[in-house]
Amino acid sequence: MTGALLEIRGLEVVFDGFRAIDGVDLTVDEGEVRFLIGPNGAGKTTLIDVVTGLTRPVAGSVAFAGQSVLGLAEHRIVRLGVGRTFQTASVFEQLSVLENLDLAATFRQPLRRLLRRRAGVLDVVSVALETVGLADRAEFPAEVLSHGQKQWLEIGMLLVQDPRLLLLDEPVAGMSKEERTRTGELLHAIAETRTVVVIEHDMEFLRRFANRVTVMHEGQVLCEGTVAEVQADPRVQEVYLGRSRDKRSTVEVN
Amino acid sequence: MSRLLTARWRGRALFALIGFVALVVAPAVMSDFRLGLLAKYLCFAIVAVGIDLAWGYGGMLTLGQGIFFGMGGYAMGMFLKLQEAGPKGLPDFMSYNGLTSVPSIWKPFRYAWFALPAAVVLPMVVAAGLGVLVFRQRIRGAYFAILTQALAAAFVILLIGQQGYTAGTNGLTNMRTLFGYDLNDPVNQRNLYLLVAVLLGAVYLLARQLVSSRYGRLLLAVRDGEDRVRFLGYNPTLVKVLAFTVAAGMAGLAGALFVPVVGIMSPALLGIVPSLELLIGVAVGGRATLIGAVLGTVLVNYARTGLSEHFASGWLYLQGAMFILVVAFAPKGLAGLRDVLRRNRTAVLAGGGGAVALPEPANVLEAVT
Repeated sequence: MTGALLEIRGLEVVFDGFRAIDGVDLTVDEGEVRFLIGPNGAGKTTLIDVVTGLTRPVAGSVAFAGQSVLGLAEHRIVRLGVGRTFQTASVFEQLSVLENLDLAATFRQPLRRLLRRRAGVLDVVSVALETVGLADRAEFPAEVLSHGQKQWLEIGMLLVQDPRLLLLDEPVAGMSKEERTRTGELLHAIAETRTVVVIEHDMEFLRRFANRVTVMHEGQVLCEGTVAEVQADPRVQEVYLGRSRDKRSTVEVN
Repeated sequence: MSRLLTARWRGRALFALIGFVALVVAPAVMSDFRLGLLAKYLCFAIVAVGIDLAWGYGGMLTLGQGIFFGMGGYAMGMFLKLQEAGPKGLPDFMSYNGLTSVPSIWKPFRYAWFALPAAVVLPMVVAAGLGVLVFRQRIRGAYFAILTQALAAAFVILLIGQQGYTAGTNGLTNMRTLFGYDLNDPVNQRNLYLLVAVLLGAVYLLARQLVSSRYGRLLLAVRDGEDRVRFLGYNPTLVKVLAFTVAAGMAGLAGALFVPVVGIMSPALLGIVPSLELLIGVAVGGRATLIGAVLGTVLVNYARTGLSEHFASGWLYLQGAMFILVVAFAPKGLAGLRDVLRRNRTAVLAGGGGAVALPEPANVLEAVT
């Protein structure tokens, strides 16, 4: 814990008059695994969109490692060391698994160095292939992978980029139980050396991996704390957990 | 790995075979007239390789490649007209239009060292400038297509309007010599054909290198998910500008070669319709397969000549029908049919993999939708 890696202050995002984010302050320390939960429309994904340059806020500040990222192009923010995944796995289906990872790994090279043919496999790429368990699928086009495998490939693509901060948007949505466990282990390994922010609805997943949880509701931060603290908070139970306490894992009907 | 290697050798053998047919067999068996036609088609094939790079691999549907073809063509045409007029003379059409001296924008084209590189470089500079403006604003898809088409129309209007500088609708004609060689001499025309064929080969190899490099993978990635590429830390604008610029350079080169081969460069050769026709060959042969673009273009042009010789008006309908058929039933063109066969074989090989989703239904869908 060496201090704040991501600092968001007074953030406001407005879409056509609708306040998607309404004055959010959020600090994520280096090395933390922070979960971001909240009902649909709470502004979780919008928050990630702002941090990664996809959405511009009307007010507020976002600093990564002390540097403001507002107004920077998406690819510049990535180069600072911020990686993200999307709710729907978005890998390049026409490219092979290996090519997907290779493309992710060479993002810091200037364009002219990319004009050469790929010779062999980069070390980081073979390590990532093993880590995400897709070594035997390396030469296959990504389109033949299962949904879970695509998510892992996407996590692998983040790994080879070695970001300081990972923003994962519902990494286990739509996964089978075994796939969830596998993804959880993967995240655990990743989080050892990195800071991770995860948007997730799966409570079982959250209990196992979160060290701090931020609950969002209607564009604002409702509360923040450990899993136990958050679960005990009556406001959280009212807007969120209370509605479906009897459900086994998923808190929300997607 | 070994499968990859043999594929590469198969590709080389095919390239050598086509090269042999183009450089040895065709000149030996074809009449001067037919060889001249083939030279013209190969010029179009050079443009097609560029279009394939921009559209097939990069997803930039450019309906204005005639602009760059025309820039190359006019650069070469201006050079030839000035050569013919001599150091003190004025190109014929300028005197008809009442000009008394060579306009200053024409002057540098008197020199081969300027005019010949300019035929390739000017289109590239224009394409790069246009690309930066357009792609940085994230204009793409149909908007980009319409933009390029409008530019093609505007370019033609400009050429026709500036009659004293461009010879208007007639275009540049009566170009008889190139570096002192008589362009009407069949021997020189045959040599010109060989030059076009060799340059097409060079352009093909350049494009091959680009698409098989890491950059080529990146270009495909931009085509399939431009926004995703941003979040990998790449700037898609640069990636697209490079492919678009190279494509423009190829079109410019083709235009420059077209002029001595055919003997004319006029607005009618580079407006909306000719720009679209350049695209049809690529679509028919198969997008994102360079060889498909080349063979498709030659094939479509042969079909056009063959049919218009017999039923002059039928060709347009057939061309339209062909385009619709390809779009409806074989979106990957003729080369796509080959890929379907190859994929099915890979699917059988991959069958032992267990968890692999079935590629076959996807193929069927691709072929139908």
